[in-house]
Amino acid sequence: MVGLQHYIILSAVLFCIGLYGALAKRNAVIILMSIEIMLNAANVALVAFSRYVTPQLLTGQIFAVFVMTVAAAEVAVGLAIIIALYRQKEKVDVGEVDLMKW
Amino acid sequence: MIWALLGPELLLAIFALAVILLDLAVKQKGVLAVFSIVGLLGSIGASLALWGTNGIALNNMLVIDKYALFFDVLFAAAAILVILASTDYVEKLKGFQGEYYALILLATTGMMFMASTRELVSIYISLELTSISLYILAGFLKDAKSTEAGLKYLLLGSVSSAVLVYGMALVFGTTGGTHLGVIWNAVKGLNGIADNPTLIMGIVFLVAGFGFKIATVPFQMWVPDVYEGAPTPVTAYLSVASKAAGFAVILRVFFEAFGRAPWLSQSWGMLFAILAAITMTVGNVVAINQTNIKRLLAYSSIAHAGYIMMGLAAVGLMESQLALARSGILFYLAGYGLTNLGAFIAIIAISNNTGSDLIDDYKGMVRRAPVLSLGLAFTLISLTGLPPTAGFVAKIYLFNAALQSGLLWLVIVGVLNSVISAYYYLRVVKTMYLGEPASTERLSSSGPLRVALTASCFGVLFLGVLPNTVIQVTEAIKFLVS
Repeated sequence: MVGLQHYIILSAVLFCIGLYGALAKRNAVIILMSIEIMLNAANVALVAFSRYVTPQLLTGQIFAVFVMTVAAAEVAVGLAIIIALYRQKEKVDVGEVDLMKW
Repeated sequence: MIWALLGPELLLAIFALAVILLDLAVKQKGVLAVFSIVGLLGSIGASLALWGTNGIALNNMLVIDKYALFFDVLFAAAAILVILASTDYVEKLKGFQGEYYALILLATTGMMFMASTRELVSIYISLELTSISLYILAGFLKDAKSTEAGLKYLLLGSVSSAVLVYGMALVFGTTGGTHLGVIWNAVKGLNGIADNPTLIMGIVFLVAGFGFKIATVPFQMWVPDVYEGAPTPVTAYLSVASKAAGFAVILRVFFEAFGRAPWLSQSWGMLFAILAAITMTVGNVVAINQTNIKRLLAYSSIAHAGYIMMGLAAVGLMESQLALARSGILFYLAGYGLTNLGAFIAIIAISNNTGSDLIDDYKGMVRRAPVLSLGLAFTLISLTGLPPTAGFVAKIYLFNAALQSGLLWLVIVGVLNSVISAYYYLRVVKTMYLGEPASTERLSSSGPLRVALTASCFGVLFLGVLPNTVIQVTEAIKFLVS
């Protein structure tokens, strides 16, 4: 029987994969994809909580829809900035984005 | 009725869209700045007209109380100063001026919603409206540094907002609601940190997500790079309005949802106290070595986030101190906002001429631009916290609130940090007044810039000399708690 904890474990694993990718990868596009995984981990948790904790309400599902919408906007801006970067460096490696350091 | 309550925000949203259309129609681009400022003034007018109403809108998701309206006025005033300061800068952005103003207005709209929302979904949406507009603005110049700033801000900002959403999901899962009132009703029935690990984890994630916005250590890595690379007016806006919006949201969420259960509020109060101590120390110590004035002010803004967090800690540790600490935070944000905007406006005027942000290039600036140097020196003195400026009163007032909550050790750390900060702020003043200028050429600055600098310096002086007028207002501010 699949219960709430299975969904939450799935979402925690997804979140960790996404966080690892965002911190360890050097390609800006892959970092954006990792961030998407983190957001979707949150969506899984939201929908699962909504189904098991408040089955009579749709708050969690609605929240997930909003998160997806905002994520799409974020990626649109992200890709635009990455294209601007590519025009300057012909690369999308964040390791080379190092004009400013402390 | 509901439209009237949402007046300040709706007006700005309409003006933001209209300014893009207007950009297509007019040849004389100066009109766009005037048009945006009219919108912002209208928004301030609408906020002042609503002053004193305690309204609830959109299915209880938004509250229009004095707290929200105070921030509406603060954000709109900051945006006006930023637009005045941008007039020279936007000449460089051929063809994209309408978008520049529209994004500033949209970011302001998002911040206003942040200050008045009390529901996690709408907090997330308004925070993202602000952030996404600011990502674009940070990368607006499309040169190497600005693009780098935009990319770093976007990637780190998105990670932090993903963490924030995950925290919201956990809080929603343990309390069964996204409305702060519902969350509080659930938290009321709980007891003990060890019994509620999921809720605690959610709260820690919320602190991480919001901590990014206000730039607390350890989520401050983006600040110096983004502040240095972004167009300077945008940096000014980031350092003032975006930070204030973060504090507006944190204070409301943490007090309304988690602040009235002592077992919980003691813990997050202590968490904020420790973060405050670390944040101000890191900000001030790293600032000492900076050679670029924008980076110096970036670290200084981290340090100031630390000072303001003392107020949050005071609320968490002693609920009875809410009124004093909240008033302290509001006054500090107003004073710090005016001061920092003034400093950045002077820097914009100077770098428009010299094309450099290095502190070494400020040598003997007093002989090349006496008024700008005086303005910069005055705002730096206010940032240090010396009388007769807003920074002095704000610090005393906020430190007092922390003291009342029994945070003597934190106040001592704060005072020691102010001493450290005097070194690097006054070093800039010394460079300007005692250094030998590289050239004797006089600097020119545009009319709007001078107006903005004068306005912010007089604001700083006013808050420093007659603070009671404003403190009376901030002390009367309450938020509507369900």
